[in-house]
Amino acid sequence: MKISVTVNGTAHESDVEPRTLLVHYVREVLGLTGTNIGCDTSSCGACSVHLNGEAVKSCTVLAAQADGQSVTTIEGMATDGVMHPMQQAFMENHGLQCGYCTPGMVMAATSLLKENPNPTEEEVRIGLEGNLCRCTGYHNIVKSVLAAAAK
Amino acid sequence: MTVTDDRPASVLGTRLLRREDPALLTGEAKYANDLNVPGALHLAVLRSPYAHAKILSVDVSAAAELPGVVAAYSGTDLSGLWASPMPSAWAVTPDMKNPAHYPLASTKACYVGDGVACVLATSETIARDALELIDVQYEPLPAVVDLEDALSDRVVIHDELGTNSSYTWDLKIEGTEGQVAQAFADAAYTVSERFIQQRLIPMAMEPRAIVAVPQPFGGDMTLYSSTQIPHILKVMTALTLGIPEHQMRVVAPSVGGGFGSKLDVYAEELLCVALARKHKVPVRWNEERGENAVATTHGRGQIQYVELAADASGKLTAVRIRIVADMGGYQQLITAGIPILGAFLYAGVYDIPHAYDFSCTGVYTTLTPTDAYRGAGRPEATYAIERAMDVLADTMGIDPMDLRKRNFIAKEQFPYTAFTGLVYDSGDHLKAAELAAEMADYAGIRAKQATQNVPGATKLLGIGQASYFEMCGLAPSRVLASLNYSAGGWEAATVRVLPTNKVQVVTGTAPHGQGHETAWSMIVADRLGISPDDVDVLHSDTAIAPLGLDTYGSRSLPVGGVAIAMACDKVIDKAKKIAAHQLEANEDDLDFAGGSFTVKGSPDRTMPLAAIAFEAFTAHNLPDGLEPNLEAQVTYDPPNFSWPFGTHICTVEIDTETGNVEVLQYVAVDDCGNQVNPLIVEGQVHGGVVQGMAQALYEEAVYDTDGNLKNASLAEYLVPAASDVPSITLGHTITPSPTNPLGVKGIGEAGTIGAAPAVMNAVIDALSGLGVTDMPMPASPHNVWKAIQAAQGASK
Repeated sequence: MKISVTVNGTAHESDVEPRTLLVHYVREVLGLTGTNIGCDTSSCGACSVHLNGEAVKSCTVLAAQADGQSVTTIEGMATDGVMHPMQQAFMENHGLQCGYCTPGMVMAATSLLKENPNPTEEEVRIGLEGNLCRCTGYHNIVKSVLAAAAK
Repeated sequence: MTVTDDRPASVLGTRLLRREDPALLTGEAKYANDLNVPGALHLAVLRSPYAHAKILSVDVSAAAELPGVVAAYSGTDLSGLWASPMPSAWAVTPDMKNPAHYPLASTKACYVGDGVACVLATSETIARDALELIDVQYEPLPAVVDLEDALSDRVVIHDELGTNSSYTWDLKIEGTEGQVAQAFADAAYTVSERFIQQRLIPMAMEPRAIVAVPQPFGGDMTLYSSTQIPHILKVMTALTLGIPEHQMRVVAPSVGGGFGSKLDVYAEELLCVALARKHKVPVRWNEERGENAVATTHGRGQIQYVELAADASGKLTAVRIRIVADMGGYQQLITAGIPILGAFLYAGVYDIPHAYDFSCTGVYTTLTPTDAYRGAGRPEATYAIERAMDVLADTMGIDPMDLRKRNFIAKEQFPYTAFTGLVYDSGDHLKAAELAAEMADYAGIRAKQATQNVPGATKLLGIGQASYFEMCGLAPSRVLASLNYSAGGWEAATVRVLPTNKVQVVTGTAPHGQGHETAWSMIVADRLGISPDDVDVLHSDTAIAPLGLDTYGSRSLPVGGVAIAMACDKVIDKAKKIAAHQLEANEDDLDFAGGSFTVKGSPDRTMPLAAIAFEAFTAHNLPDGLEPNLEAQVTYDPPNFSWPFGTHICTVEIDTETGNVEVLQYVAVDDCGNQVNPLIVEGQVHGGVVQGMAQALYEEAVYDTDGNLKNASLAEYLVPAASDVPSITLGHTITPSPTNPLGVKGIGEAGTIGAAPAVMNAVIDALSGLGVTDMPMPASPHNVWKAIQAAQGASK
């Protein structure tokens, strides 16, 4: 089926199988491999992207559902070669180690701050509970999000 | 004024932000499943649904006919591709029983997830669809799930071995026969406990991914794999497949965490390479999470019998340990050796006489093979001794902190030759424990506990401690030889100063989240007096970094980082010859500081490294016989392990009505010697602590009696989320290691080693008033509730 999706500001017209997941569409059709796949049960959040500005797990959205919508992936977060403030906060606070959960974590965290610009530590922890990290123990991820909120 | 005064403050020990981060934060980094390889076929593996079954027949014909399928194979079909069985590098005893293990089983499946057939297709979905068309006839056999049932040989899994027991490895201290028995006979107090180290699933966030790219006419083979061990994998793949080693190249691209689970040579790696060779096209495989849960190695899996003897003052007089360790269905790369890595640590941080008796039996079950998982043997050992110390304190009616203080190896006793003959390099356990106690307000919490934990209270406060020693920095090669390990423990480094004074460092370490590029650049910058921005770190590709033994066992800094520092020193030695020649001075009269050589007493006679690098490049005016380059290679074999240590204190509150455990505070005081980058050290501890806390509170691979893994997904296996764990309070003491020039020790596993016993001691402490003396991990609401009910029932 034919879909038109704006991804990171660029309009794409594509012909996809109806069963194609959004995550496979961005990775395999558009070559945007920054969005990672960490599970097959929508548990880990590694594949989080923004659909019309709101974080979704792209493994639970069909590419067809994004027809006519706007998608932002991790590749679309930096502007003019400068990282998004959330990306910078993760770097400054050592909020990542292996980096595999990181794109999804950044997408979820920016969406969280959009909803709640001044969260408490507890609100950050609850807001990110759909995104798993095995390296950081979350300590510096939470610190990064709080730092981004304070900016 | 001396030149040294002009030297900028060293970058070493600063919180330099990681150079790895921008690529990882922007999606620019490439993991193995991101690699675009035109023409690659996709591999899918059919896995046994039975824990234990004879394979009567495998019919792949229908799968082979599916459009898009290029080939489908049974284990028997591929039996000619293997020059030898899958590698097992650690025969811990000369008579260890180890069944031949091939990438696909052909006669018998030995765990749920054991590969029995495979498909090659033009897409991943077609390959997986085709698996459903393969017809395998099985004759199910009884599963062996329980370790002590396995030991009984009621059902023998590998007929050719005649038993499920793989080995029994004893650590006896020569000349001390009878001392242990005597100590127990003379003891004022004894403790005898049975602890279970439940099986854990490592669950690195990146499942494994592999691409094998052949050069059919040239003969070369490149294997891209999500691995911690590109160098070991290269040698083992060459040997297992009969590929000349010089034609085998392994690349570990960005790797999304390992925790020991990518320290292996896996069936799928061998299948991809073998099939790429056979079909003369690239072959790739991506692991799904559900596969990862059953087909990637598990960790822990032990029953521990722990006995302590103590005199009337609580001073330990003997330790006796019996371990039954779960190998799983087969041995993977170092399965048998994992419990042995803990064998030396069951006396923990305590000064015990030469009365130690350790024995471990490795046993096969019909479960996923076990292997290294963060800490590998050492968290298990630390758990056993630290839980047992709390039991001893309880028996004596004294505070567990007090008991530990009576037994710590004293600062003055270092370097301390332990009963095992191993030398503990440096330590100050009392200082770490006192700092942790102060930070956690240990006395205040004990006081609060006295008022809060009254009869009838439903919110009970508990505080628990673990003091640990970690044997890491694997490892002195001769010690590995004495343990019958088939490789050494050295690490290689090359430091190369380019003509423009930029520096390339080639390391044999293989980072997968640890930040080696940043840390190694800091070591070089400090040594050579340059900016870390001028240092490039090359790694994880055997064509670029051909020598190395990779990353595990908290070895990268104390072995690999030290090799880099030593290579820098060799570069400086060579540069000094060039500087002396150019400055017409004696080498002994030159000082090197801030990146420049200066003639002692003549501050104007100076030559910067940049000028020397260019001289080495042009070679117009070098000393006679000196080779025109400015580089050095070092292969460093550490003289000792490194021995980080510390004390962790956890405070919990338990709701006795729901069984829920809330961690109120977690204080970790760790001492890893000198810190290259405290930011990275802290990150390692945070992550390690949460992984240990996860063992204590959340995680367990749960099997039914038929050997089915009941929680083979991230929806059911409880990797903690941000909302499940607290922020962590860190403290550090710094006791440099005297055995290496950087004074460093490893830190990657320390958090995991300290956390599980600290949390469980806190849980038991909270419930002790109810008569609870122990419970199995994880201290889930259900297990806590059951323990309370059992204790209450017993007291009625």
